[in-house]
Amino acid sequence: MKAPVSWIREYVDLPEDLTTEEIAARLTALGLKLEALDKPGHDVTGPLVVGRVLTVEPEPQKNGKTINWCTVDVGGANGSGDPQGIVCGAHNFRPGDLVVVVLPGGVLPGGFEISARKTYGHVSAGMICSAKELGLGEDHAGIIVLPPDAGQPGDDAFAVLPLRDEVIEFEINPDRAYALSLRGVAREAALAFDAPYHDPAQRETPAPDGHGYPIAIDDPVGCPVFVAREVSGFDPTAPTPDWLARRIQLAGMRPISLAVDVTNYVMLELGRPIHGYDADKLQGTVGVRRARAGERLTTLDGTDRALSAEDLVVTDDSGIIGLGGVMGGEATEMSETTTRVLIESAHWDAVSMFRTGKRHKITSEAGRRNERGVDPTICEAAADRVAELLVRYGGGTASPSVTVVGTPPEPATITIPATLPADIMGMDIPADTSVAHLRAVGCEVTVDGDRLTAVVPPWRPDLTDPFDLVEEVARVVGYEDIPSVLPDAPAGRGLSPAQSLRRRVGRTLAGAGYVEVVNFPFVGGADLDRLGLEADDERRQTMRIANPISSEEPLMTTTLLPGLLKALARNAGRGIGDAALFETATVTLPRGTVAAPILPVDRRPTEGEWDDLQKALPDQPLHLALGVSGNREPSGWWGDGRAASWADAIEAVRVVATALGVELTVRSATRAPWHPGRCAELLVGDVSIGFAGELHPRVCTAYGVPARTAVAEVDLDQLLQRATLIVPAPRFSTYPVAKEDVALVVDADLPAGDLAETLREGAGVLCESVRLFDVYTGDQVPAGKKSLAFALRFRAADRTLTEAETGAARDAAVKLAAERHGAVQRA
Amino acid sequence: MSGPNSDYDPVEVTPLKAEEVDAMREAALAAIATAPDLDALKHARTEHAGDRSPLALANREIGALPPQARKEAGMRIGQARSAVNQALAARQEVLEAEHEERMLVEETVDVTLPWDRTPVGARHPLTTLSERIGDVFVGMGWEVAEGPVVEAEWLNFDALNLGPDHPARTMQDTFWMEPADNAIVLRTHTSPVQARTMLTREPPIYVVCPGRVFRTDEFDATHSPVFHQVEGLVIDEGITMAHLKGTLDHFAASMFGDGITTRFRPSYFPFTEPSAEVDLRCFVCRGQEPAVQSCRTCRGEGWIEWGGCGVVNPRVLVACGVDPDRYTGFAFGMGIDRTLMFRHGAEDMRDMFEGDVRFTTAFGSEI
Ligand SMILES: [Zn+2]
Repeated sequence: MKAPVSWIREYVDLPEDLTTEEIAARLTALGLKLEALDKPGHDVTGPLVVGRVLTVEPEPQKNGKTINWCTVDVGGANGSGDPQGIVCGAHNFRPGDLVVVVLPGGVLPGGFEISARKTYGHVSAGMICSAKELGLGEDHAGIIVLPPDAGQPGDDAFAVLPLRDEVIEFEINPDRAYALSLRGVAREAALAFDAPYHDPAQRETPAPDGHGYPIAIDDPVGCPVFVAREVSGFDPTAPTPDWLARRIQLAGMRPISLAVDVTNYVMLELGRPIHGYDADKLQGTVGVRRARAGERLTTLDGTDRALSAEDLVVTDDSGIIGLGGVMGGEATEMSETTTRVLIESAHWDAVSMFRTGKRHKITSEAGRRNERGVDPTICEAAADRVAELLVRYGGGTASPSVTVVGTPPEPATITIPATLPADIMGMDIPADTSVAHLRAVGCEVTVDGDRLTAVVPPWRPDLTDPFDLVEEVARVVGYEDIPSVLPDAPAGRGLSPAQSLRRRVGRTLAGAGYVEVVNFPFVGGADLDRLGLEADDERRQTMRIANPISSEEPLMTTTLLPGLLKALARNAGRGIGDAALFETATVTLPRGTVAAPILPVDRRPTEGEWDDLQKALPDQPLHLALGVSGNREPSGWWGDGRAASWADAIEAVRVVATALGVELTVRSATRAPWHPGRCAELLVGDVSIGFAGELHPRVCTAYGVPARTAVAEVDLDQLLQRATLIVPAPRFSTYPVAKEDVALVVDADLPAGDLAETLREGAGVLCESVRLFDVYTGDQVPAGKKSLAFALRFRAADRTLTEAETGAARDAAVKLAAERHGAVQRA
Repeated sequence: MSGPNSDYDPVEVTPLKAEEVDAMREAALAAIATAPDLDALKHARTEHAGDRSPLALANREIGALPPQARKEAGMRIGQARSAVNQALAARQEVLEAEHEERMLVEETVDVTLPWDRTPVGARHPLTTLSERIGDVFVGMGWEVAEGPVVEAEWLNFDALNLGPDHPARTMQDTFWMEPADNAIVLRTHTSPVQARTMLTREPPIYVVCPGRVFRTDEFDATHSPVFHQVEGLVIDEGITMAHLKGTLDHFAASMFGDGITTRFRPSYFPFTEPSAEVDLRCFVCRGQEPAVQSCRTCRGEGWIEWGGCGVVNPRVLVACGVDPDRYTGFAFGMGIDRTLMFRHGAEDMRDMFEGDVRFTTAFGSEI
């Protein structure tokens, strides 16, 4: 809401020396938030004076244009009193007219400085101004011709033109619809400065006499009040007076024509949207009802609309002529030939307005006010004000007969304990202060013992609940006086185990050299295709967003890999090919398409209702994804770097698992998007928690990540659930360790992990660790075989082992490996 | 222990001459003193102090001397050997020190050579900032509550006094899941976690809920369809707006330094009444002249818009099963991304979501 300060001051007697900044600050403190301050016209500086055109000599030019060489009487403003010679390109004036002249030294908007200059063979000493050149509007067709009584040559034009003003733009919250008018803003200013207020809606209006335009309301709930008033003999060519056009313009609307401008002006002034019909295009009684299925209307924006049975429509004998309170119809629109206007000033049901506006995607200044709630008691005043202005500036006569149908709804009555404002605010607010402040905002208050009863003012439909009154009292008391008191919270238990563990996962990966990323959870089918997912892959079962930001990414992702790979590709594209990234985020796994219930809000949901609501939501497990591309360790003067590989991805998950006290087992697997020969399934016990390994080369290409990029994705919830929360202290032997190395030749496809597991089992309780230290394939072993070398460490808890004991344990391990895997000890 | 040598023949034995012992001693000391390195010293040790050295051999002959000569010879040889051993030890120490010194010089490296072989990771500043905020409240005894991002419409709107026809509902441009009449949305704020908390815990409730939220904004320098909020909720007996102010002042001081407070302005949120917008005292200029004039953090305002708050609307309590006659509460919400932007001078929101490691690495593991 843009409110010119001169307009505010018209309704409230503010001290003259109050600055616009002070007004804005106090109104912000009351809840009308300052959005922007504008001071139009302040960039124009004089001399800017009234001049009388003495002579006009048209001089045709070679370029086909005709310029006018004029002399203008500017009184004593030019110092000499002699006529001022000025070249002017406009033609809409003649000798004797009063015009606006900027003399040399003056500055026009945009820092445009005026000086005497030679042009078209004359010295032009100044400029005769158009409205556009002064920033007064868009009208550039000609210069401003002032009314004959506007002033004398040499008068300061700033006093004649509505040039300078100060405009406060407020951000108006939905509950303060009354402040979408100067009437409301001025009321708040009066409250802010305790200044006398003159309600512009308070005016004498003619009583309805039954001879006005016939109106029939079929739906008094949707349209409780309908006021109609006719103006006839109106001159459609009459111009909008400058001051009125200027105010509309400053308030952010565009002047169009007198009739339209007047309805807009009254809407801005009083907050009551007005609709004007060309009365000559109306046929018979005007009515209001709900639309019927199948009905259509072409609104004045030219759109043909299918109506819903919930839409409130205005009708006449020809059918539907408007969407009530939202937008008029094309057929009865006012035009440049309209001489008879029917003014509609009606109160509409706010919810219907909201729904119709939303349904038809119509946003308008009128709709914004009607759907938030307008004072229902000022319909007659608003219609009367429109009639007054139309007649004053457009001629004609206002019908003495007014039609008024319906009565305004009763305002709400709210009773509160007198101490409620103090109790809720935690402030010392005596009861009589509350009473005074509620009265100041317009409530009628009665006191009954320790209870206050407030009848809210008709312009405040937002006041419905006891706490609404608390806010009204508090904002007048002043939020800046709210004391600062810490509540006594009961002892808390700190972070939950899962919350602590998630932090541990992040810290562990950062410590291991991985950088965390935060990706959007949106993907498209193409992203899943690029992963190489089969048609029946469960990760293709996604939830779809009805209104995605990008039609390329309408799905809630089921895997974190697309986002991670895009981030790796983005880094590579920016010259960072060596990158290790991770993300922890939830994924969305649909569980069906059951609708979530809309439960009542006047009570707690039942357990059954609550369960139904939970069941309708998708599974949203927390995943961890990580990826590493390029070199895991950089090359340098020390030599080559170490390229990232499938093993890094597995290792990173293992590091996380170790940090959580979870033992991870690894087995080979085949799954998109991984390289079929370099993919590991990761398990905790028998439970598969995810996969890790090198990406399929085609996926690297498809996502534009470096070749051999390795990734992992695991269900982090599964890992966290299995975390060791209380680590048991280890016991270990301090006796000497005995070491034995064995090299075993086995089939090339035997997983090393299986062989290690066998050795450990065979070596028995004395075996402390089994560690693979060499893998060999080549001439030294038969084709199709490989040699795996293990270091075994033995130790007993209670004694130093003898060579015989360790030898026997080693032999047992080798023997079991031979039995189970056909392993042969290498010489 | 041998007895006196009864077969002693004084004629056949030539007593050791003192000059000879002295010569052995001098020869040994000279060899030790001139040994240039540890190897030479080792050789000198063998030659002059070893089992076959002249002094050792001479020492062996002492027993064959006449008793009257033994004492003197023994003393002379003993002194000589002792002197040689001392000289050996001293020379050993000198040569070892020389050797060590030389070795350390030889092993000198260029310590300015770069050694950045260990990859450096980092946590995302939105994560660490959320954690830091959480820690402030955990420190006050609160707990951290969480909820799903794909949320029921009822919890995101209706339960929070945002009915289907509430004008505020259009203020929040919501992502709807298909089919739209299934009433499932991407949560537009973390407030549904408040509702969930009230529905699943008994008062007193003191929780803070950080999390990611969604609105249909285009992605640009100052907007993102995905962003992060933190909300606080307290439900207890006798809770007032003053408690809200005290809590946010403490929060502000904890995050931005002692003396940094908040300012409330009346505002409107359907789920709170009375409602307020919270401004944070600029922690850079503290609103002080003349610093405030040129302050880029608050753009000369002295205050930074931080979030919204208010007393929980009793209608919300009713929908969430809390007795409004017994309990009151307060709630507040701030943007974590926005806080990161002004706290750290991050200028482009896209930096937070594009995964460029240079952005995140700068923040390390704590914030
Ligand atoms: Zn500042």
